[in-house]
Amino acid sequence: MKRTPLYQKHVELGARMVDFAGYDMPLHYQEGINHEHLAVRSGAGLFDVSHMAEIRVIGADATSFLSYATLNEPGRLKLGRGQYNMLPNDTGGLIDDLYVYREGDDDYLVVANASNRAAVFGHLKALAEGRDCHVVDESDNVALIALQGPSSPLLLGRLLHDDLTDLRRNATMTSELSGVPVTVSRTGYTGEDGFEIFCKPTDAEAVWEVLVKADATPCGLGARDTLRLEAGFPLYGHELTESTNPLCTPFAWVVKDKPFHGRERMWGVSCARRLVGLRMTERGIPRQGYKVMSVDGEVVGEITSGTLSPLTRDCIGFAWVDPELAQEGSNVEVEVRGRGIAATVVTPPFYQA
Amino acid sequence: MNTPQELRYATSHEWARLEQDGEVTVGISDFAQDQLGDVVFIELPSVGRTVSAGEQVAVVESVKTASDIYSPVSGVISAVNSDLEVRPEAINLGPYTDGWLFTVTPSNTGELAELLDAAGYSASAAQE
Repeated sequence: MKRTPLYQKHVELGARMVDFAGYDMPLHYQEGINHEHLAVRSGAGLFDVSHMAEIRVIGADATSFLSYATLNEPGRLKLGRGQYNMLPNDTGGLIDDLYVYREGDDDYLVVANASNRAAVFGHLKALAEGRDCHVVDESDNVALIALQGPSSPLLLGRLLHDDLTDLRRNATMTSELSGVPVTVSRTGYTGEDGFEIFCKPTDAEAVWEVLVKADATPCGLGARDTLRLEAGFPLYGHELTESTNPLCTPFAWVVKDKPFHGRERMWGVSCARRLVGLRMTERGIPRQGYKVMSVDGEVVGEITSGTLSPLTRDCIGFAWVDPELAQEGSNVEVEVRGRGIAATVVTPPFYQA
Repeated sequence: MNTPQELRYATSHEWARLEQDGEVTVGISDFAQDQLGDVVFIELPSVGRTVSAGEQVAVVESVKTASDIYSPVSGVISAVNSDLEVRPEAINLGPYTDGWLFTVTPSNTGELAELLDAAGYSASAAQE
């Protein structure tokens, strides 16, 4: 398994480690997922996300290329801003979901899921052939640490060399933290206010240590998942896959009406099922793969993600369901170990900060 | 990992304790609760149900996963820990005490000798 620059820190903190996308990553630290989830919602949590991929797209054609290659519109980004985006394949589905940052007129940084690094890089490189731009995989030269929670602006504000008061959501700035150069982005995957801090791999431990010393709570992948689910965010491999048409999901807003790779297979296609949020109304935890039934016992869908929210204690999840049942308030059942457990369709997010 | 010497264990991580009154109390080991993470739901068997050693009788569910629980001995379920409905975290905090799952009136106390002792269980769990 591969290791991020922060591997030793996780081991020192007694983390339970798991293999995630080929990386030895912390699932949770000693106090557990619930504790970490609540720390992010009430204070500040710290996540090592250095395993993620960073790919630069740079050159005179970079803007028009990315406008064609992705579903959102990176050309509309001001300098120093980022946007949530998705990478379509040519069969009407998705290669990955990602963030795109505009660092220069013709200079973009694409941040992708660790599990899709090779696929995203390979696809962008192939698609860019013949265009006046380069695609460069910079992942091994970048460490990424996420600081998330209502206390994070105060916490980071005290440590960052420059004033972050005017840093808007989705905006980036360069500065210094503990003498180390960093780029800070006001983005995150938890639904809270927070920051993602880019630095050199050799500086990652120093950045981590100063944030932990300032009382940020180390959080692992377990809490990362319960937080994003509660906040209504998708996870590639669950809500989004190679065969997912984002126009059939609550994330359809990402898809802009413009020419893009694979558009003919995606735009205007009718949805066999729609992705919805579910909240269990009887006791039971929905999990990926569990069947969704109508109250008459017909199979009408499938769960893509589910959990018990450490904060609200609701059992929540995402599911594909037949279009007739895909309305807020529809009653369905989830098959949990052979029994139908009642649930209702809800519009995400399941919790708002 | 806490593995009390006086208990007997199944490779599937249940412990069994023969009580003074002849009943067998069953729970899951410290190793098992640690692997599971925070327990949120329990499904316990009905009192009066006849069970065989190795039969699936309960489910312990954490945020991460649901785990089947097997009775380590044969007999009749004589009591269940209904406190776990409101305090499932007792399984994590006191797997050998407050976190007991159920008791069995054993039909064959000889089965206890067929279970692992603490050392045998620790060795078995270390290989997982």
